[in-house]
Amino acid sequence: MSGSDLIALFGHFLLLSLLSIGGAITVAPDMHRVMVNQMGLLSDAQFNASIAIAQASPGPNVLFVAVMGYQAAGLAGAAATLLGIMLPSTTLALAAARWGHTRREWRAVQAFKAGMAPIVVGLLFATGWILSAQTPGWHHILLTIAAAIMVWRTRVHLLLLVAAGALCGAMGWV
Amino acid sequence: MIDDSHLHAQPSSEKELFVAFTLLALQGFGGVLAVAQRVLCEQRRWLTREQFVDILAVAQVLPGPNVCNVALMVGDRFFGWRGAFAALAGMMAVPLVIVLILTALYAQYAVNTMVSGALRGMGAVSAGLIVGTGIKLVGALRSNPMQAPVCGALLGAAFAAVALLRWPLVWIILALGVVACAYAWLRLRSRFEMPSQS
Repeated sequence: MSGSDLIALFGHFLLLSLLSIGGAITVAPDMHRVMVNQMGLLSDAQFNASIAIAQASPGPNVLFVAVMGYQAAGLAGAAATLLGIMLPSTTLALAAARWGHTRREWRAVQAFKAGMAPIVVGLLFATGWILSAQTPGWHHILLTIAAAIMVWRTRVHLLLLVAAGALCGAMGWV
Repeated sequence: MIDDSHLHAQPSSEKELFVAFTLLALQGFGGVLAVAQRVLCEQRRWLTREQFVDILAVAQVLPGPNVCNVALMVGDRFFGWRGAFAALAGMMAVPLVIVLILTALYAQYAVNTMVSGALRGMGAVSAGLIVGTGIKLVGALRSNPMQAPVCGALLGAAFAAVALLRWPLVWIILALGVVACAYAWLRLRSRFEMPSQS
């Protein structure tokens, strides 16, 4: 991959960063358009594997972006895509958080936080629903519900729950 | 349930933030939000549930990965931009190395049915972790100036629009957000105007 391609990729991810409300995964369709269809840097299978690998490994899901860059152009590619997707949103988040925090006594700021709170919690349920609906079958849903109850009612270590899920899956139960 | 609303602790240094967020990120498979809530509110007690929801609201509305925005804001609150950088670096550095190593190994194991089954099982659990975290955070809505039925309706509408109707998130946040914030503004009137009347 040429240097100008790397810069083009970096530039495109800078732009996508500002559009990624709800997380980088929401702009994944556009990453597919550019990296698979337009630039031909990744195959469809590589694109899907990038998301799956990042989901299965610890850490924020946004790292799927680095996996895509890595598969396209090694470490330089990973740096281009990850820095591109992080820089604008990070700068904006920091500026907005400070603006809001220094004005936290303002009625408008309090109204914003109070108004958004139930919506934010609703979005969490929606995320859980969408993740769970990706795979058909009731065994799978049962495992999701069991994990939700364990998180809610108990203090079982979360890694233990994930390990139990991995075991169930490896045994072919879900 | 343990009431965590009155207890407050603080990280002692940027280094502690970095280490805490590294450990937190390493426990998060298929999403870090559930772990972040548990570690920040229940184990380290750096935030109350209400503060966590506040931060999450801003993090969700802004572009960028939610958990990374949460890390930035928590770090910034304690140690300014150095803290923000420490928390974000903790969240990403070690997991980045791990995910790149896994990518290099992936091709050899992708066909193994036990591995793909394990990934599926982990996926089901990570969905459950998010739902369980959502149930816990419903409790944080009790102190909301909007009444419970209104909060419930907004929560349900956000869920239905995203999960069932699959509408674009930007429009849902804009449309529902404007209505909700306007209503919250009205409900806050007494809190803001009473003192000047007395």
